[in-house]
Formats: sequence, structure tokens, C-alpha cells
Amino acid sequence: MAPSSLAILVIDENRIRASIIEAGLREAGHERVTVIHDVAGIARRIADIAPDVIVIDLENPNRDMLENMFQLSRAVKRPIAMFVDRSDQASIEAAVDAGVSAYVVDGLRQERVKPILDMAISRFNAFSRMARELEEARSELENRKVIDRAKGILMKSRGLSEEAAYTLLRKTAMNQNRKISDIAQSLVTAAGLLGSPEEQ
Amino acid sequence: MTGNAEHQITAGFMPLLDSALLVAAKEIGFAAGEGVALTLVRETSWANIRDRLAVGHFGVAQMLAPMPIACNLGLTPLASRTIAPMALGLGGNAITVSNAVWAAMEAHGARPDLDPKGAGAALEAVVAERAGRGGEPLRFAVVHPHSGHNYELRYWLAACGVAEGGIEIVIVPPPLMADALRAGNIDGYCVGEPWNTAAALSGSGRIATVKAAIWRSSPEKVLGAGAKWAEANPEALAALLRALYRAAIWCADKANHAELASLLSSPAYLGKPEEWMLPALSGRIRTGGDGERLVEDFFIPLAKAATFPWKSHALWFYTQMVRWGQIRHSPAHEAIARDSYRPDIYRSALKPLGVPLPGANSKVEGALTATTPVGSAGASLTLGPDGFFDGGIFDPDEIDAYVAAQRQG
Repeated sequence: MAPSSLAILVIDENRIRASIIEAGLREAGHERVTVIHDVAGIARRIADIAPDVIVIDLENPNRDMLENMFQLSRAVKRPIAMFVDRSDQASIEAAVDAGVSAYVVDGLRQERVKPILDMAISRFNAFSRMARELEEARSELENRKVIDRAKGILMKSRGLSEEAAYTLLRKTAMNQNRKISDIAQSLVTAAGLLGSPEEQ
Repeated sequence: MTGNAEHQITAGFMPLLDSALLVAAKEIGFAAGEGVALTLVRETSWANIRDRLAVGHFGVAQMLAPMPIACNLGLTPLASRTIAPMALGLGGNAITVSNAVWAAMEAHGARPDLDPKGAGAALEAVVAERAGRGGEPLRFAVVHPHSGHNYELRYWLAACGVAEGGIEIVIVPPPLMADALRAGNIDGYCVGEPWNTAAALSGSGRIATVKAAIWRSSPEKVLGAGAKWAEANPEALAALLRALYRAAIWCADKANHAELASLLSSPAYLGKPEEWMLPALSGRIRTGGDGERLVEDFFIPLAKAATFPWKSHALWFYTQMVRWGQIRHSPAHEAIARDSYRPDIYRSALKPLGVPLPGANSKVEGALTATTPVGSAGASLTLGPDGFFDGGIFDPDEIDAYVAAQRQG
């Protein structure tokens, strides 16, 4: 069978991540992909979709409820096992590391499902990397702002040039084995407490 | 400090009051005192605890007492060998119903005294009345199919004459219980503290009865350990068990309850008000409305061998798995359940402390009607009372008969 014949359900409260996975699955030729963000009324949805594979993020607090539903309910026609293959320890570890789990109906051949899990793992990892880079960029911007303010304080209170102010910050940071942004933050806080005109 | 510790251990836990021993072991310094750098990781589901234990993210974790047995019996989607070398206390659960269900129960004679017989009889009458009107069955929630909550709720309902299916039982995560009750998605639930108190204090439900009254001194959470990890790190595990035992002594001391409540309420652990923690610790249960009842054995962290992993507890859970169709009864399955709990590891780890240990690994459950001194190595130890509310007796040497009787019941 072509990959497109498998019904895949993605349950993820994070809409951006869910759409990244959905896009990946569609690019790989899967056409029957459904994304659910909210688990309310999910039993009926699952009965309608009759998924062969279900992908869930590990942060979802409703995993226990969902697992119970997969195992017991009339909502799924066939029993559902976890992951592609219980004996495939490397896949299981990669999935848990990435923060995703996948359930497949019993009897589905491993080689048909493995690419789906691999896709989910790589997209989850890509999403985490993206989120981390975004966070780093944000804190970098914050650091730059505080360093600029600290430089301004030094330039005003000690009559230094911008370059000399920066050099002083950097030297202090090196001597104390701390980050420049930490030294800058201390200076800005102290200046605020002392009521320096720069900070008022 | 952590860099110098002899053993590095990462433990998963859920935001529940009976994470107390793990929290105290870390925060009050008992772990460090045993050379253990303990890292606690809060999780959002029991499935995550199970999976992260299976792949080795955690060496140990707080677990529902039946979970290691379910894992070893292959009942879970991702099953890896798991052992229970220690229990994390006795009791700690309650059954909470919506205000509407409570009002209907009161009309059938229920009183706010937490008595399981009275509450159960009233609930049975409510269920029968609804069925007579052709109404939808009530819906109660538990936290997991392999949980003490699921088995004690079903035991209570069955003993009170509520037929299987008379109440639909669904799964809801603990922190969402009170909200689901308020929203009318469920009509009642059985969960660990502080999630009953949460509903009682916010006015969205009434506590109908408590685990300590359904089965006194009964098991609830255990320390689950990955079997592979435990085999590779026996000294680390033993050191952790000693730290947890010392933590249990500290948690049991009334003088520490305010500090324990404050610790548990901090954002790293439960992140909920201190007044939610205190009822379970003091046993003064706020039942909803203006009600308050003293339940002496509500949660037992230390006394009555509360941290001992009794094989009879494991086997009782096994009989309930059989009763509710989760597993077929066989000698092989029974042996797997028995071997999931490891009192041998507990004994050898705690020996250096010279603390009182039970003389046996198994006991007849429900046999003690009063506090009873038991023969033990060294110091004195008392057990019981441990009765089931319906007078039931579970003899772990007579499992076939127990299984057969509950099939007829």
C-alpha cells in the first residue's frame, strides 16, 4: 500500500508544533492526517477517524486517559500497542528524548510505521531546537540592552568614552569570572538604588 | 555539594501529597546525609513516569502501587521490568462527589461522617433511582486503570451493591479532577490528596468517604525502580531507601507538618496553597460545606510499617486486576505480581539503621481489628487495625479461593 492509505492522528496542544508535524507527514505522501489540539470529546473523533497511528506529545497531561481509551474503548477497532516495535529500544529512547510517543494498531507492519515515528521525532527535535534558538536570541537581545545601559551609566558618571566603558565592563567581568551581562545588570540595579540621574 | 555526592539519582514524581517522602528526603537533607545527590523531576502523567523510567531518564520514581505489577505483567503499552523495593506511605486518598450527587445521597440518608457503608448505600440508591428513570449513568473518575484508586472505588461500589457499569469509570489526571467536577464533566472521583480538599475548599464537591475507611492502613504509592538500574546500582538504591526512611520519620512528626506543608506548596512541587496540604497531614479532613472530621489514619508516612513493601499488598492488587478483567488468573501471573515487590531489598538496606522490621513479608489483610504488636527484629513495631469496611479478609495463601469468591460476588 502507498503511505497515503494510513490514517494518522496527531494530538498536540502546541499548534505550531502540530502543524510542523502535519506538514512533514503530508510532504512524505500521507494524505489522511488529522490534528487535534483539545482532547474534549476525543473518543468520538477517534471513532470517526479510525486512526492506524496516533502521535502524542509527552507533555500532554491526558496521556493516561488516552492510553486507557485506546486499550479499552469501542472507539478504536483494534488494540493499540505503543511505539513501532517494543524491541526497537533505540527508537523508543529517541522518541522519549524528543518528547513524543506514538501508538499503532496491532498488526501494522513495522516498516510501514517506522518512517512516521522517525518523522515525528525529527520534527519534534527541530521544534525544540527552534524554540531554544528563539529563547537564546531573546535573551541575547535583553543582554545587549542592559549592557548599553550600563555603558551609558559609566560614560556619564566617570566621563569615559563608549569604548572605554565597554572595556571596563569586560575587564571587571573577567576578573570576577562572571558574564558581562551580569556585571552590567548589577551596575544598572545599583545605579537605580543610588538614584543615579541616568536611571530616573 | 552535589558534585561530591557518592550517588547521583534522578527520581520522577507527580504533584501529589504523597510525594512528601521524596521531597523531604531532598529538601531536609536526608538524601545528602546518605551520600545521595537527589534530583526530583515533576511529571505530568503516570505514562511519562513509566516511559522515562523505561528509557533510563529516571532511576526511580513515585509510582501508583499497582504500576510495577502491571508493567511486569505486560499490561502497559511500554513495559519494562520494574520493582517496588519500598512503599511511600499508607492511605491518602478520598472519594469526592459533586454537590448535586451529594444532595441526592443526603436525600437517601448519607451523612457527612465519611462512613463508607452509609455513603455507599445512599449512592447505590441514587444510581438505582437514575436507572429507574432511564437516566444516563453517573460518571466517576480515577487517575489510572492500574491504581489503588480504581480498585478501591470499584471494591467499594461492588460491596455496596452498585453493579459493574452502574457507574461509568473514566480516567482524569489528578490536577484536573476538581475542575472536571465543577464543569460537570464527571460526577465524582477517587484521587489522592490534595485534590479532594481542593474541591471541598472551593465548594465544588463533597468528600463522601476516604480510603482509610474503605481499607484501613492500605497501600497507595511505592518507590518504583527500573530493575536494570537497581541491579546496576544496589548501593545507591540502598542509600536512597535509608534516606526515604529517615524522611518518613521526619514527615510523621507533627512538629514538622507546617514546614512540610510549606515545602509541598512551593512552585517546584505542588504549587498549591498550604491549607490544601494540612488536612491530609493532620487527619482533620475538611469534607465540604462546613464539615470537618478527624480521620486518624488518613495518611500514614511511617507507623504500622508504612514503607514496607508487603507481598500481600502486591497480591491483593493482582486479584483486583483479575477481578476487573485486566489479566487472566494463573500461577505464573501470580508469581510475577508477588516478585514485583522486593522486601528483601528493603530489609538489607534498612538493617544498618536498626529500625523495627516486620517478621514476615506477607500478612493476612483485614485480619487485625486493633493495633497489634508484632514480633520484629530489634525495636518494637505495631500493625493494624487494617480492616476492609465490609469485613472482607484477604489471605495471600488462599488466592484461588479469593479470586473465585469475587467472581461470584
